[in-house]
Amino acid sequence: MPEALVNPPTEQKAIIVALAGNPNSGKTTVFNALTKLRQKVGNYSGVTVEKKLGRIIYADNREIDVLDLPGTYSLDVRSPDEKVARDVLLGQMRNTPRPDIVICVVDATNLERNLYLFSQIQDLGLPVIIYLNMMDEVEKQGKKIDVIKLSQSLHAPVIEGVAIHGKGIEELKNMISLAIAPADRRLWRMPEQVESRIEQLMILLWREEGMAKSDTFSEAIILLSKEERVLKEMLKGRPKVIDCVRGIQTDLTEWGINWRSVAIESRYDWLSKVLKGVVLEKSGKKEITVTDRIDAIVTHKIWGWLIFFGLMALMFYSIFTFATIPMDWIDSFFSLLSGWVKQWMPPGDVRDLVTGGVIAGVGAVVIFLPQILILFFFIGLLQDTGYMARAAFIMDRLMSKAGLHGKSFIPMLSSFACAIPGVMAARAIESPKDRLTTILVAPLMSCSARLPVYTIIIAVLIPGAIAWQKAGIMLGLYLAGIIGAFAMAWVFKKTLLRSETPVFIMELPPYRWPPFKDVMLHMWERALIFLRRAGTVIFALSIILWGLMTYPKHDHLDPGEALKHSFAGQAGLLIEPVIKPLGFDWRVGIGLIGSFAAREVFVSTMNIVFNIENEGEGDHLREAFQNATWPDGRALFTPLSCISLMIFFVFAMQCISTVAVVRRETNSWKWPLFQIFYMTGLAYVISLLVYQGGLLLGFH
Amino acid sequence: MKKVPLNELKVGQTGVVEEVRDQGFLSQRLLEMGIIRGTPIEVIRFAPMGDPIDIKIRGYHLSLRGEEANGIIVSISDDVN
Repeated sequence: MPEALVNPPTEQKAIIVALAGNPNSGKTTVFNALTKLRQKVGNYSGVTVEKKLGRIIYADNREIDVLDLPGTYSLDVRSPDEKVARDVLLGQMRNTPRPDIVICVVDATNLERNLYLFSQIQDLGLPVIIYLNMMDEVEKQGKKIDVIKLSQSLHAPVIEGVAIHGKGIEELKNMISLAIAPADRRLWRMPEQVESRIEQLMILLWREEGMAKSDTFSEAIILLSKEERVLKEMLKGRPKVIDCVRGIQTDLTEWGINWRSVAIESRYDWLSKVLKGVVLEKSGKKEITVTDRIDAIVTHKIWGWLIFFGLMALMFYSIFTFATIPMDWIDSFFSLLSGWVKQWMPPGDVRDLVTGGVIAGVGAVVIFLPQILILFFFIGLLQDTGYMARAAFIMDRLMSKAGLHGKSFIPMLSSFACAIPGVMAARAIESPKDRLTTILVAPLMSCSARLPVYTIIIAVLIPGAIAWQKAGIMLGLYLAGIIGAFAMAWVFKKTLLRSETPVFIMELPPYRWPPFKDVMLHMWERALIFLRRAGTVIFALSIILWGLMTYPKHDHLDPGEALKHSFAGQAGLLIEPVIKPLGFDWRVGIGLIGSFAAREVFVSTMNIVFNIENEGEGDHLREAFQNATWPDGRALFTPLSCISLMIFFVFAMQCISTVAVVRRETNSWKWPLFQIFYMTGLAYVISLLVYQGGLLLGFH
Repeated sequence: MKKVPLNELKVGQTGVVEEVRDQGFLSQRLLEMGIIRGTPIEVIRFAPMGDPIDIKIRGYHLSLRGEEANGIIVSISDDVN
């Protein structure tokens, strides 16, 4: 250890520490322990990878910034996460300074694979501190790690710790504040003839391409492992480099060396040698671990499914029952707020804008916060304990039938609460086409914003419906969404997004009980993202929608008639011929237009359309619906048109926030527009078939 | 010794990696996860529907689909089969 330390720096330049590590290495726990709650979550410019920045404060008030890199197994450039980690460490990320020191969090129970990443970071010429996490588990397994020897062999300081108990964190903080020298030379070598050829490529990158000398080795071995197609993509306009790489690859093939694997194999060979004298394993019989025992049940042919469905049922039960109480509070809060504004502001357009536009619109979205919090609590818990990987493991076969992926399961599941977290969760899927397919179909899962719409229509369809009737119809609607999602995924994978090799390589991490703090923090971060959206997108849309339903003004008319003459009313009348074959009139049309901003807006729009004073009291709206007629006196809401309307809501893309998030995640307008088109088209066609088919069969 | 694709191993059987057949993107990822020549791999279990597979390498568990495991050639001793 001491050999890596030199004198503390004299100048007072602010230093930045980057935190790197494999997924499941406990990196987040280390980050939380180092920075407490002094954290900020943002995005790297131009990509959708999260940027987490925190601050360590020392007893003497010194401050050091810590950047939490995405958890990766390697520093290649195959996934957005890897590319970000690599670019940050190379100092090539815009608005992000190059780190001065890197902490590599290493799962001590899984040294070889974790140190692979460490070695890649060391190749970049950065000083690295190893935080050897989960030392308690190593002890339990009866193994011993010779830390001093490890530190000497790796030319890096090593700190033992147990992050969830805060062990080793103080030592880590102290170590950061000392100046640490990077390794003075590369510690591992490839076969000599490969090394000399690689050197030529490095010189080309350095002398002619202007790359920093210390970065060239890492770049050179990445290029060496890539096939021609990928090289051409990575090195556009740099034919000299492509030629050089291709030349080396040809030579290596001639010498009987596999250019795809030579660097990886040499690195692992070196690591195995280093670890031989460092890890002392207890010899003797093979121990059955707790994880093995749990896995035997959780992935069992019968128990596995029972546990899986049990957990899912528990999650949804919690979302739909425990959430109702805080949801009522939020509802009352916004009603109070609205009443308070009405009391203190003079009547007029501005007051109406505030109460009817902003408060009602934002309130309609914020009310889903409790459900979203509960969802993320469960997802965080299932993910951090390691169960989610098992759920993906047992579901993969089923999902793959539709061309989806075991990892598509989490995004689809999240989408039952809200498609926004669902679409964001698709980041975990490595293959771009599988990820895109998942994003495209995720919003077909019935989200909680559809619930108020389903509820009111079911009340009209079967007045005084008892619980099991309601539940039965709900279940049918949810199933329709699930079937739709799988069918469309299958269609996309067969047509637009055909890919040859499905990729499913997933670690099954040992079960671990996550620190409660970390789960809560994760939940809170998600909630903030959701609230930020409600505060911006929904806020703006509520105002626009209110304007469309209010202007041009016709004060002498009663509100229902005035609405008919507003922009929104005119638009409703305009689309009536199109939606009439589905059984909807212009008034429903206004609701549909409004609901393209957000589905739940349908209910509040209908309240205005049918001129109901007491918003929120569903009974009035239900009666209004039941009495509504076409001009010729036929009932507007027949059983058949109710079903048609619900089916439309199952399939149509009616959520601006989702459109915005899909745009961000796919980095283009092409996919969100395609999604609006295909989902709404699907909704129209199926509703049309149901309504017209129903009429033909004599239903009404 | 006999060379077979990994997905032909039985639960509990161990093979030593001989070759990871080139499958582009995928084989690079497999290599980086430590599935390289000379590494022993144990098949732990199959998922309830027969696929994917849970394997143990370098002390940790990894799951792969059968078709991916098909590209990993391992050697096993003859007497086991």
